[in-house]
Formats: sequence, structure tokens, C-alpha cells
Amino acid sequence: MKIIRILSTLDRRIIFLLVGLGILIPLLKPLGIPENITPPVRDVYQFIDTLPPGSAILLSVDYDASVLPEVHPMFLSILRHAMLRKVKVIGIALNPAGVGLGVQAFDRISKEFGKKYGEDYVYLGFKPNMAATMLGLGEEIEKVFPTDYYGIPLDSLPMMKEIHSYRDIALVISFSGANIPALWVSYAYSRYGQKVAAGVTAVMAADYYPFLQTGQFIGMLGGMKGAAEYEDLVNRLLQKKGYRKPMPFAIKGMDSITVVHLLIILFIILGNLGYFLQKKEVK
Amino acid sequence: MHLAADPWVWVAAILTLFIFTFLYKDNPLYKFAEHLLVGVSAGYYLAIYWHNGVKPNIIDHIAQGQLIYLIPFILGLMFFTIFIPKTSYMIRWPIAFLLGAGSGLSIPATFQANIAEQIKGTMLQPLSFYYSNAALINAIILFVGVLTVLTYFFFSKEHKGALYTTARIGIIFLMIGFGASFGYTVMARVSLLIGRLQFLLGNWLGIIPSW
Amino acid sequence: MLQRKIPLFIVFLMGFLMTVQFYIPHPVSQTLYKYVLDWMNGVASMAIVLAVGSLIMHHWRRLKKPEFALYSAVTLVSLFFMAILGFFFGIREGSLFQKMFENVQIPLQATMFSLLAFYMASAAYRAFRARNLEATLLLLSAFILMIGIIPLGYYIHPRISDFALWILNVPNLAAKRGIMIGVGLGMMATSLKIILGIERNWLGG
Repeated sequence: MKIIRILSTLDRRIIFLLVGLGILIPLLKPLGIPENITPPVRDVYQFIDTLPPGSAILLSVDYDASVLPEVHPMFLSILRHAMLRKVKVIGIALNPAGVGLGVQAFDRISKEFGKKYGEDYVYLGFKPNMAATMLGLGEEIEKVFPTDYYGIPLDSLPMMKEIHSYRDIALVISFSGANIPALWVSYAYSRYGQKVAAGVTAVMAADYYPFLQTGQFIGMLGGMKGAAEYEDLVNRLLQKKGYRKPMPFAIKGMDSITVVHLLIILFIILGNLGYFLQKKEVK
Repeated sequence: MHLAADPWVWVAAILTLFIFTFLYKDNPLYKFAEHLLVGVSAGYYLAIYWHNGVKPNIIDHIAQGQLIYLIPFILGLMFFTIFIPKTSYMIRWPIAFLLGAGSGLSIPATFQANIAEQIKGTMLQPLSFYYSNAALINAIILFVGVLTVLTYFFFSKEHKGALYTTARIGIIFLMIGFGASFGYTVMARVSLLIGRLQFLLGNWLGIIPSW
Repeated sequence: MLQRKIPLFIVFLMGFLMTVQFYIPHPVSQTLYKYVLDWMNGVASMAIVLAVGSLIMHHWRRLKKPEFALYSAVTLVSLFFMAILGFFFGIREGSLFQKMFENVQIPLQATMFSLLAFYMASAAYRAFRARNLEATLLLLSAFILMIGIIPLGYYIHPRISDFALWILNVPNLAAKRGIMIGVGLGMMATSLKIILGIERNWLGG
């Protein structure tokens, strides 16, 4: 009884320390638990994997650094997958604090695959009004983005000569820690029938299941787990094609998540044991 | 262990540590980092809004002689009136333009995405009876769940009698839903810390592979 | 007149036209629709002066107070420094602007949010109690999810993972859909109230 009482009234700093260690130790000594692939992630992977080479997808950087470790690995993996499969990629950003993350990701991954700017991929940059941008892309991309992120007119980018609106885009994937993927459904899917998928933070993932069931999302990557699954699928493909496997950050991170999940469950159980003990004593 | 040679990595690592000092207590290092973040972000926004918004979507058009773009330009200029007390009411005009158009565009879009499609997805469709018993049971649970949750949010009538029971069932569904969200939230919060530790241990200290 | 009636008229006109164009795809309404979409991004871009202008004024005033002066100076100097870099020295990969973004803005923002992990754990330990049926259900659902969504859950027994997915796909979906329909109705009602001038809070004082 005494030990339960002590364990249920631990100081805040001890909790902090345990959480810190719970993350740190698996990073230093990985557990290496393999990923299991869930249906919403597999759906996105299969969609991109079966696109004919030369098709185009649009990736929207709708996140910023506050959710970087969850969403950025998804963005990198999907970009790798698309570039490996010779799918053309258009990047845009609807979060002003995330624009530079897109710049960084495109620069990095295009170098890995020797892709050429303007021919294999473009980065159109940021626009502030989400609804007007999502709807405008269904009418004429050049109207919304007269120039790309770097100020180059769109008509001087060879790749954009054949891509004018959603009609020429196979899939839009919104990466976000907020409700922006839902807006893509409202404006791009509902009005123009554009296929939409989402890469979202774990906080948002549970909220988006209604969109999966109705087919408004063709698939979804939820949190670091979703990112780890996609990393696993793409890394396997890279290995098969003879490429060097990139560092799997989300897969490595999942080891720490496993430990901390168990820790939190333990904390909650201890807290509750203390609570019931106290209730019994009061009676 | 091989420490980073790039001075920028050191800048990022030191700033990361400044923020972590908050775990002990609020202090000048944290406050410095916090104010730096606000300043750098605001400066970043200014440049991005100019290069990706104002210049390509207004100024370039006017420079090419497309004078119709003077309309959004003048509307946009009205935002500056906030700094002149006498004319500050004019800020309402561009806001009215954005708010009016935004509201108008959102009504049919919201109806389609949030209501029509969701109702369609909840209806017991012939296919539910076709697949398997499990699929049918799930479809029924879903139907009952959506209906009872909506009843819970119906406040125009006091929750008594049958309405009370239905709303209670709605709460059960809501609690399971919130629990699911919480389960996911733990992963979200932990992920953010993992990212920072991967940076410190990897990019900075070189103990583990870097980002 | 200028202060209230014109903005209310603009809001009504734009709201009415943009709602109607969805249902009446006539060439005239379509042309107007395309113009409005185009202008919305232009006008919204200029709204940044509101946010940054207020921020500058706020910190400018704080410069006179000794206890805040130093911190506000940090904000103002970094703001102007970053803006000058962006305006005059380019925003490409490899530019000083992008380097500042990658090595100052990203780590600061990411670390600030990473602190939440500690507080979330501490809060779960202190506040998450099975006080009644509702709280117990919430707790159980969270437990199953926490085990079921990590690979460990799947390898202990695939059924655990299946059960977590079932929770997400059936009862969770029902709850979230109920909320979604409610929020959707609320959004439509608010939009309509704004267009019709019933909701006028946005006009301010």
C-alpha cells in the first residue's frame, strides 16, 4: 500500500526524467521492431505505385516546424516514392511558416535522384488564401501561381506546359497538423472531383476517419506511425531497385514511442491505483 | 561521437537547448529564444508574402498594364489605414471582401463535404447487407452512433425520457472517440520530442545517424 | 454610411454572388468567380501588414519599458534583419534567408512544441482518473489505441491491432462524424449570418 502511495504521488520532475529516458535510450539502443502496414497507408502507397510514369501529383506543404518530426518524414518518403517512380511532382505551400521546409525537401530529394527542376518537379511556393487557391487550381494553375517560388514565370517551366488544372493532376496530398486536408476535401474534391489524400499529425488522425470511409480521402498517413509505415514501404522499394536506403527517422522514432506509450499507460494505472486507494481510505 | 563542424548546426543546437531550459523554469535564455522566434518568423512572413503573394498576384500584373488589378491593390492598401486613426474604418472594406467571398464559397463546399457525403456514408446501403454479417453489424453501430451523437448535440429540447437515453448512448460514442484521439495524441507529442533529440544526438553530437 | 453600410453591402454582395455561382454556372458568373478567386489571394497577401504592423507597434512601445526593452529589441532587430535578407538577398536554397529559416526558426519552433511531451505525460499521470463510466470508457479506448497502433501491439497479437482499427473505423468514426455534421451546420449558419449582416462582430467597435 505504501509503495502504491509513493508511486502515485511522484514529483513532476521524475515524470519528466522518465519520459526523457524513455525516448533517449531506444534512440541510442534501437529495439528494431518491424513495422506492420495499415490499410490507409497502403492505399496511398499503392495509388502512387500504380501511376503511369509521367503523371503528376501535387504535394501541399500545409505544416510547419511545430509538427516537423511527424509530417516531414512523410513528405520526404512520398517525394522519394514519386521521384523514383518518375511521377512529376508539383509542390505548393499553404502554411507560411512551412514554405522553407518544402524548399529544403525538394532540394534534398531531387539531388538523391538526379531530378531536374522545371522538368521533373516544380515548387510553386505559398499563397495566403486557402479556399481561393484550392478552387483556383481547378480552373487555371497559372492564374493562382503566375510565377513559381523563385519568381520564374510558370509558362517558362517545361513541365507546366502540360499541366493546367486538376484535370492534369492525379492526386493531391495535403501534409498538415491542422484542418487544411478537410478544406482540400471541401474545395478540391467536392467541386472538382480531385482525388485527395492526407499526411496528418497523430492529433488529427482520428478526426479524419469519416473522410476515409466515404472515399473523400483515398488514403491517409497518421502521425509518426503512418510516416514509419511509408518509410518502410519506400525503403524496401529503394533497396529492390539498388538505391542506398536513406536513414529511417520515423521507424527509429517508433521504438521510443513504443516505450513511452507503455510508460504513460503505467503512469495512468499508478495514478488510478492511488486514486482508488485514497477513495477507499476516505470511506 | 564526432561533433558537427557546421557552425549553423551549433546555432540550431544552442537555441534548442535555450528552449529546453524552460523545463527547469522560465529564464532569460528562454525569453531571448522566444522573442527571437517571434521576430525571425515575422520577418520571414513579410518576405514570403511579398515574393509569393503581393508581387506575382498584384504588382507584376499592374506593371504589365493589366489595370483591373488596381481593384485588389487598392483594397489591399486599405489594410494600411489601420495605422491612421482617422481613416482606420476603411480596413473593413478589404475584410468585407475576403469575408463575404470566403463565406459564399464555403456554404456549398461545407454542405457537400461535411454534411451530404457524411449522411450518405452513414445510411445503411444495400451493400452493407451483402458483404458479411460483421459489415452489417458495423454499419448498424455506425448509424446508431452518428444518430445518437447528433441527438446529444441537440439542445433545443431538454434531454428527458427517450431523448435522455439516446443522448447517453451518444456520450458513450463520444467518449470512445475522444479516447481514440487521446491515444493518438500521446504519439503526436512524443514524436515532437523525438525529433529534437534525434537532431541533438545526430546532427550535433554525431552519436546516432543524423537527419 | 462609409463606416458600416458599405462594408455590409460588400459582404452581402460577395457572399451572395459566390454562393449563387456554384448553382448557376453561367459564363458571366464563372468569369466573375475566376476574378474573385484571383483577387482574394492578392488582397489576402497584403493583410500581412496588419499582423506584422501590430507586432512592430507592440514591441516599439515596449522598448520604453526597461524590463521588456531588451527582449523587444531582439524581436525588432531579428524581424528587420530577416525581412531585409528576404527582400534584397534572395530566398533560394542556400541563401542566408533560407539558412536562418532552417537553423533558427525551425529549431526554435520545433523545440517549443516538443516541450508538450513532458507536460502531456505529467498531466495524464495526475488528471486521468476512472471516476465514472464516461471517464472509464475514454481511458479504455485510449489504452487500446496506445497499444494497438504501435507495432508491438500487432506482434503481441494481430487482434489487438485489429481491435484498435475497429475502434477508429466504427465508434470513433461515428463520434467524429456526428461532430463533423454539427460543425458543418454551424459553419453554414455562421456564413449565412455574416452574408445577411446578422453577425456583425467582424466590424469591430
